Amino acid sequence: MSVADRSRLPLVSRGVRLLLLALAGGLSYAVLSLPDQRVELSDQVSANMAASGVHNPVTAVLLNFRGYDTLLEMGVLLVALLGVWSLGTAVAHRRGGPGPVLSFLVEGLVPMMILMAGYLLWVGAAAPGGAFQAGSVLAAAGILLLLSSKRLPVRLVGRPLRLVLVLGLLAFVVVGVTLLSVNGIFLQYPPGLAGGLILFIEAAATLSIGVTLAALFLGGRPDSDT
Amino acid sequence: MNSGLLYALTGVGLFTLGLNALIMHAHLLRKILAINVMGSGVFLVLVALGGRVPGASPDPVPHAMVITGIVVAVSATALALALMLRVRAATGKPRLPEERQE
Amino acid sequence: MLAGLADTPWSVLVILWPLVGALACFLWPRHANPLGLLAALGSVACVATLAWQVVEQGAQRHAVGGWGAPLGIDLYADGLSLLMLVMTAMVGLGISIYSSGYFDRKTAAVFWPLWLFLWTALNALLLSADIFNLYVTLELLGLAAVALVALAGGANALTAAMRYLLVSLLGSLCYLLGVALLYHSFGSVDIAILAQRVEPLPSVWAATGLMSAGLLLKTALFPLHFWLPPAHASAPAPVSAMLSALVVMASFYILLRLWLEIFPLSGAALGQLLGLLGAAAVLWGGIQALRQTRLKLLIAYSTVAQLGYLFLAFPLGTSFAWKGALYLLLSHALAKAAMFMAAGNILRFGGHDRIADLDRVVQRLPLTLTAFSLAGISLMGLPPSGGFIGKWLLLDAALYSGQWWWALILITGGLLTAAYVFKVVGYAFTPAEVSHEARTVPARMEWTALLLALAAVLLGLFALWPLTLLDIGSPLAGGYAG
Repeated sequence: MSVADRSRLPLVSRGVRLLLLALAGGLSYAVLSLPDQRVELSDQVSANMAASGVHNPVTAVLLNFRGYDTLLEMGVLLVALLGVWSLGTAVAHRRGGPGPVLSFLVEGLVPMMILMAGYLLWVGAAAPGGAFQAGSVLAAAGILLLLSSKRLPVRLVGRPLRLVLVLGLLAFVVVGVTLLSVNGIFLQYPPGLAGGLILFIEAAATLSIGVTLAALFLGGRPDSDT
Repeated sequence: MNSGLLYALTGVGLFTLGLNALIMHAHLLRKILAINVMGSGVFLVLVALGGRVPGASPDPVPHAMVITGIVVAVSATALALALMLRVRAATGKPRLPEERQE
Repeated sequence: MLAGLADTPWSVLVILWPLVGALACFLWPRHANPLGLLAALGSVACVATLAWQVVEQGAQRHAVGGWGAPLGIDLYADGLSLLMLVMTAMVGLGISIYSSGYFDRKTAAVFWPLWLFLWTALNALLLSADIFNLYVTLELLGLAAVALVALAGGANALTAAMRYLLVSLLGSLCYLLGVALLYHSFGSVDIAILAQRVEPLPSVWAATGLMSAGLLLKTALFPLHFWLPPAHASAPAPVSAMLSALVVMASFYILLRLWLEIFPLSGAALGQLLGLLGAAAVLWGGIQALRQTRLKLLIAYSTVAQLGYLFLAFPLGTSFAWKGALYLLLSHALAKAAMFMAAGNILRFGGHDRIADLDRVVQRLPLTLTAFSLAGISLMGLPPSGGFIGKWLLLDAALYSGQWWWALILITGGLLTAAYVFKVVGYAFTPAEVSHEARTVPARMEWTALLLALAAVLLGLFALWPLTLLDIGSPLAGGYAG
């Protein structure tokens, strides 16, 4: 990749830059001219926090008020993985095992990261944290393991792996449909059970997100998959 | 001008810079990175404008939106990178066809 | 039991059924074909029940999570979204049956989860009343579509998929920046609430421009159409059908919703610009289609041209014009899906899609040729097809509002369409010099193409029901509302 990577003629380049400058100017003006008022939606969020089952307003919005967005977003993660898997099998990992530094780090760090993920999941109800944050740390642990050439045993690739991947979505759908059949509204948590249901969904989602992100890192279908 | 507006303007700047890089560069990896920069710009605008009123607690709804957006961006980037590798394997160059002729 | 049926929020089930089907196909890949077909049939049943519910009880609004806008997300099923859902269900069923005969078992295991996720995204998009939720559904739709394009493998499909992915992401990000501006201007992302609160602020102008640009990129309006022909042409045939019929429709639907509900202050200038670009698309797409030597590229450029017609409604702005555009959308979906399926049959049969060599192929596939011709009739706008009704409504609106030049575009476009359709069909009547080595085409592939094409042609005869459906609870209700 050289500096002379640009594939456009200088005149086109100048025109594009002028247009984009105008765009930036217009957008900046639009941003600066926004009315300076407080958004009352955050007041509504605060007012309904007691009924939401958690103390962290972001978790409440993410898993309760706008939980449907989160459901679809888990779908996006899974579709990306399906897409990557459909392109081919995983890129072959390099020959030779991990060096001594990597082995040492993996042995020390991975258990701590798993603990950290569990903590983030738990504390998400009251402080910054939650399913996505915990899932990311779990995925990082998984990537470390993948980098040190560890792979899943063959019998776990296939239906068990696929089950873990869809666990988050399944939890959402099962909880939502159960609540739908009980009181007629999709994903409406009864106030007493809200906290527990959110934790249940988040736990399943953490597992799914962690495994999905680690599998995405692999860049293709696991070799021993059908 | 408070810090919220300043960050929002930075977000606008990132968006525009990313758009410039997306159009001007031919290498696919640079295009993918440009999309990521644009995404970061949009997320910055979303979050920063939520805190533009001085003295009030920040608005949690844009924060949740940005978390959703980050997950979507990560998924899309993963797919884009895997596709880029396959394009290079199939055509020999990590570029889109019309860009190669210039 | 009927009371229970009437109370169930069918809009939720319409979204969940294909989603659960996708998960089932992912968990049991060996049984993907039967599971997928079951999911398809179930989705059609759910949409039918939702249609019954909307017709009986009026537009349905379901507050997911029980919170209601602006705190929560609402699902809104009115006449407009219902019509799009019914169309998606019909074309989706056809594509599902076609695909069960098209793919081998190994590819089918990968195809079905992706296709059912795409269908979920479509249903979720059509029912969503929340502009941020629409962003998430747009991304789900885009990623699934890209993965499906890449299924064909090979350099053409992979580069087309890569280009499509970059374009899709760019469009979504522009859209999201618009959402950010709208949210921070008015404090909500719900469409109904925004419609009440919207004012002509600079941020609203910026959001209008950004969101329109993003959605126009995804709908491939000239000159932002460059990604469409390679993507639609190099994808597997059922994927081309779903892309041309359904995926481009989705972003147009969002643009229409936003235009009618949140951006009415956009004024005449932007509408005229969209009309001009639409006219350019009709002409340019038609001319390019005539120049193609390969069948699937011809059909893809035809999509570019047909999408241009839809934008002729923007400068006209009357209820007739919108209904005409939507009717064109409806018949285009059926006709284009049928055309791509026919092309898939021809490709399967003869191993190639060179138009010049088609005479050796089409004479042995009478059903496919009939399907292609019927689809062409609808695209040309001949009576009694749905295309005729749509063009008639647009012509009427154009002449009524005095903007007669759009009528010229409609007629010229029809002539160009006739030219490239006859170019293909004409080969059926030339005698074949060399008999061709043929592969069999499964019967279901020929019949689904034919039935969809037949539906496109017969749509004109049953125009009353869809047009009155559009009046239920939707912003299109009324006579000449602008």
